[in-house]
Amino acid sequence: MTTQTIAAETDARSTGVVELTNVTRWYGNVVAVNDISMSLGAGVTGLLGPNGAGKTTVLHMMAGFLAPSRGTVTVDGEPTWRNPGVYRDLGLVTEREAVHSFLTAEQFVLACAKMQKLPDPAAAARHALELVEMTGAANRRIGTFSKGMRQRTRVAAALVHNPRVLLLDEPFNGMDPRQRMHMMELLHSLGERGHTILFSSHILEEVEQVAGLVQVIVAGRLAASGDYRKIRRLMTNRPHVFAVRSSDDRRLAVALIGEKSVSGIEIEAGGMTVRAADYGSFTRALPRIALEQGIRLHKLVPSDESLESVFSYLLEA
Amino acid sequence: MSTVALITARGLFGQRRVLILLPLPLLLIGLAAICRAYDVPADQWGAAVIIGLGFAVVLPVVSLIVGTGVLGSEVDDGTLVHILTKPLARRDIILAKYLVAAVASAVTAAVPLFVAGVLADGATFGTALAVAAVVGAFAYSALFVLLSLLTRRPVLLGLVYILVWEGLLGRFLSGTRVLSIEQYVITIADRIAPTTILPTQVGIGTAIVMSAVFVVVCTVVAINRLGSFSLAGETS
Repeated sequence: MTTQTIAAETDARSTGVVELTNVTRWYGNVVAVNDISMSLGAGVTGLLGPNGAGKTTVLHMMAGFLAPSRGTVTVDGEPTWRNPGVYRDLGLVTEREAVHSFLTAEQFVLACAKMQKLPDPAAAARHALELVEMTGAANRRIGTFSKGMRQRTRVAAALVHNPRVLLLDEPFNGMDPRQRMHMMELLHSLGERGHTILFSSHILEEVEQVAGLVQVIVAGRLAASGDYRKIRRLMTNRPHVFAVRSSDDRRLAVALIGEKSVSGIEIEAGGMTVRAADYGSFTRALPRIALEQGIRLHKLVPSDESLESVFSYLLEA
Repeated sequence: MSTVALITARGLFGQRRVLILLPLPLLLIGLAAICRAYDVPADQWGAAVIIGLGFAVVLPVVSLIVGTGVLGSEVDDGTLVHILTKPLARRDIILAKYLVAAVASAVTAAVPLFVAGVLADGATFGTALAVAAVVGAFAYSALFVLLSLLTRRPVLLGLVYILVWEGLLGRFLSGTRVLSIEQYVITIADRIAPTTILPTQVGIGTAIVMSAVFVVVCTVVAINRLGSFSLAGETS
């Protein structure tokens, strides 16, 4: 399959704090990440892709926990692999939520501050816990925390040294809506203050709410890169397939075929399949046409709305 | 004490699994005390209790539990990442964890061996056993900390070393004794306080040099392995 990355215009803020150059990573015969190049600057960037696309592999290579089989990964010009010095300016929140459960939140974040050799670890730990609204539970053992509280404690630990780069793997997993919103605000404000934030997600809406820039990975390849709105437009303007059933499918098909947004119709036993070039135009036109023709609509189901199909479209574009 | 060592020590002693370290040392002291109470000559029970239980089981098994616990459990549950994402030299992390493991194993094994030695042949013999146990704890710990980084089943591989290499092959194949920490420990103890209780199989030079080789080589390889520590992605 030949692919071409859809490059929306890169934001002017990008100065390339994190750089991936022709990075490939394979496990035996399986290619997990295939010739990816990307440059991340200040601000929040979403790493979007379906499950198994290679997001975690990319994050682990950026964080120095995986060697690229080919290519280079650098943070501030320094290679991340076998270079613990990069952690002075880099924080990582992994998807796996294990924390030393016998420590309290305060002890854990304080230990992280001490291991970062900060001049005032206690003050740094307090500040990080305040940022994630965990001061109230700071003296409780982490083993007693809910998933969301553990997640916020881990974010506090990753932020305690005020790193320039923060990498988060599926950070909203397990959070309730209020915690999720708070975390989104936190990432947003960190991005505004000049931090380089990259978080992975397989949920479009999460990325939409936080990140202006996205890197879309599909099947180990970089399928799209750049401004979220432009990629979103590309996604919404792709051909859409709908399953439609009505009181008179044949008459509705005749009426629909004259509609500009409709590119094809197949009539089957239990209804018909309509291909529309423009999602918005078609969904507005259908009820109007049905009303004009006096036809009752029984079913209208978009049949290719899964994320995988959206991502596949990006890959084929 | 470094923060890494503190977290390691709390992880080791702050949980119930530390209790599994107690039965074997207590059994060793109990058996020695019973033999002494019934005035059984040390020549008859010394080798069975001190070598058969003390050096062949208590010392290596305690070192195995502690040595794989300080690093292997953190590798398994993923908490090691919180330590590795700090600008700390990998050498410092390994040394902190290794020292916690070695000291904890040394104390847990040396104390009952000292008591058993005193009961068998007096304080000098007890001291010799304790010193040898300390040397053994440092060598075993280096090996088992390294195994935590080489394999996902360090306990199984450690048991194979203790039971098959030292316990089985060591009896029949004299060549394997050169790579047997148990034999070094017996030789060192016998050299400090010679008795008829401990039959030595390797020379004192071999015992001292090879103990040092185990400590240095295993620690250096462990530091190198930790530097290349990789995370497997759950969703890749």
